[in-house]
Amino acid sequence: MILIKLEKRQEASAKSNAIILVLSVLLALAIASLIFAAQGVDPISSYKEIFLSAFASSRGLAFTITKAIPLALCGIGLTLVFKANIWNIGAEGQLLLGSITATWLALFALRGYPSLVLIPLMFILGFMAGAAWAFIPAILKAKLNVNEIIVTLMLNYVAFKLVEYLIYGPWRGAREWGFPITEEFPKSAWLPQIPGTQIHYPTLALALVSAALVYLLMSRTKIGFEAKVYGLNPDAARYAGINHLKVILITMLISGGLAGLAGVGEVAGIHHRLRYPWSISCGYGYAAIIVAWLARLNPLAAIPVSIFLGGLFVGGYSIQTSLNLPFSVVNMFNGLILSTLVASEILFQYRIKLVKS
Amino acid sequence: METAIALLRTAISAGTPLLLATIGEIFAERSGVLNLGVEGMMIMGAVSGFVVTMFTGSPLLGIAAALMAGGLLALLHAFISISLRGNQVVSGLALTMIGLGLSALIGRGFVGIPLKAKLSSLSIPLLSDIPVIGEILFKQDPIVYFSYALTIASWITLYKTKLGVAIRAVGENPGAADAMGVNVYLMRYACVIFGGMLAGLAGAYLSIVYIPAWVEGMTAGRGWIAVALVIFALWDPLRAMLGAYLFGGLEAAQYTLQAIGINPCILGMFPYLATIAVLTLSASETMRKKIGAPSALCKPYIREERTI
Repeated sequence: MILIKLEKRQEASAKSNAIILVLSVLLALAIASLIFAAQGVDPISSYKEIFLSAFASSRGLAFTITKAIPLALCGIGLTLVFKANIWNIGAEGQLLLGSITATWLALFALRGYPSLVLIPLMFILGFMAGAAWAFIPAILKAKLNVNEIIVTLMLNYVAFKLVEYLIYGPWRGAREWGFPITEEFPKSAWLPQIPGTQIHYPTLALALVSAALVYLLMSRTKIGFEAKVYGLNPDAARYAGINHLKVILITMLISGGLAGLAGVGEVAGIHHRLRYPWSISCGYGYAAIIVAWLARLNPLAAIPVSIFLGGLFVGGYSIQTSLNLPFSVVNMFNGLILSTLVASEILFQYRIKLVKS
Repeated sequence: METAIALLRTAISAGTPLLLATIGEIFAERSGVLNLGVEGMMIMGAVSGFVVTMFTGSPLLGIAAALMAGGLLALLHAFISISLRGNQVVSGLALTMIGLGLSALIGRGFVGIPLKAKLSSLSIPLLSDIPVIGEILFKQDPIVYFSYALTIASWITLYKTKLGVAIRAVGENPGAADAMGVNVYLMRYACVIFGGMLAGLAGAYLSIVYIPAWVEGMTAGRGWIAVALVIFALWDPLRAMLGAYLFGGLEAAQYTLQAIGINPCILGMFPYLATIAVLTLSASETMRKKIGAPSALCKPYIREERTI
């Protein structure tokens, strides 16, 4: 009989890392194509449609980059917390807090102020709002050892309800025929876009800069090193004199803040109003987990990966109209990719050997 | 009085899918496996239950299909998290994404079609004649009665039987359980799959009995409430029952409460905030020991590396 045996191995090489990642994504796509075929949908034409719509035209590519912005911002933050082995599943809610704050500034607090004042403040306070939302699970974990996975998750739904409360209640626009949306932001609160596209380039620039900053933070600073040690073994980190409170707070606040920036970008760059929460967050906060994972927790790699995933979102819209499939099919792709990625994680740690017994 | 009874009766049927999924997740977590895929397994149960019932005209076959769908999705999670030692959080989230997407794909031709074959409610003779209580508890449908029995049976199994001791041991200290001769992997697989089947049943309850129709995304976060309820109930089936009816009652009463000025969106935050509160209050090491929160939750068991 042949048995499968797992043998622990040292850090796998960069090349075998890349091969494992590509193979797991391909495996996910292969499984999805089987599901498509079983459902009577031609997998080849749908994949072609997804690829062509997302990457083959400049219009599609621009749309893909627009979608990649929030994915990148959330994903970059997650590479940092995940490195510290802290499970922030709450980017979705932290993003929405950024959106709420931007809306508050644009429509109420700083209504009528010029863009030069308004836009920087939207980003600064949006960052702080996302960070504040992440502060709740962070302080609970650091002080009382409360499981951050559940708290961040639960806070996503609280944020959802909060947005719903605002758009159905006090912030509902008077001139919107009773739709649950706020009125449109004044033009001074609109982020500039690259002409002919929806790419709100201030947010894109922030994403690129934060990738570089988080990379430097992780590789060149003491706190980055401490976060890594804490992630490998929190007990050992404590014995080594690493302040766990500091690690948890800093990583969580940065990650929440970056998600908050993404939320500002979505409302001020694209929607120009607060609307139904799912239409704003679109699951970016959850998909960002795939970004971080596929980037092997490298914030620089999060940029190309979020463009890939952004393309999947765009492809989802396109097969919705051309093949009449529900947009939620994107969730299935995301889920399958995430599954094969977690399943393949074992290959990074163990060598698989077949032994005869 | 009449309206109060009607409201409480609705609270129970609104709480039933929560209760079923929560008890399933209690078993998975008691054995040491966190499954954040409840929402996904539930909605796969909803779509397969609906489609099979529609084609066969038999709600029973629909329920069987839902059990299978939930169980199969759970099997994927079990394989990844138990055999491949993958991250349970990520694998569970992936399960939810797969469930939401796949159910939308499967159900795309069935949106809004009413179901002819229904599971009608059934008054239990004698018991339903008890004033008030009988009206509320015993004029329900068969799945509700099943959930009563399931709750009691689960409590007895977990706390009063050898099997329950084994399940809890596996979630508490798998190394020690293994040394005592318990098959850790088998136990975890069984609990996770059982949990998935119950989540599937919860979904079928929504699409065959409670609503009854198929709408994309119809579980509407109930799976997450179940994940919350497990903690709210401190991993205890009886407390899960109370919690499920409380949260179900909030859902049923939201329009009535709106009339007296309570905002349904703010009310909707309650299950999530209450869970954070319970989690915080029970977080200390001494409280955890007292409550019996499974210590090995989220930790894969690697037999070759056990210390006992």
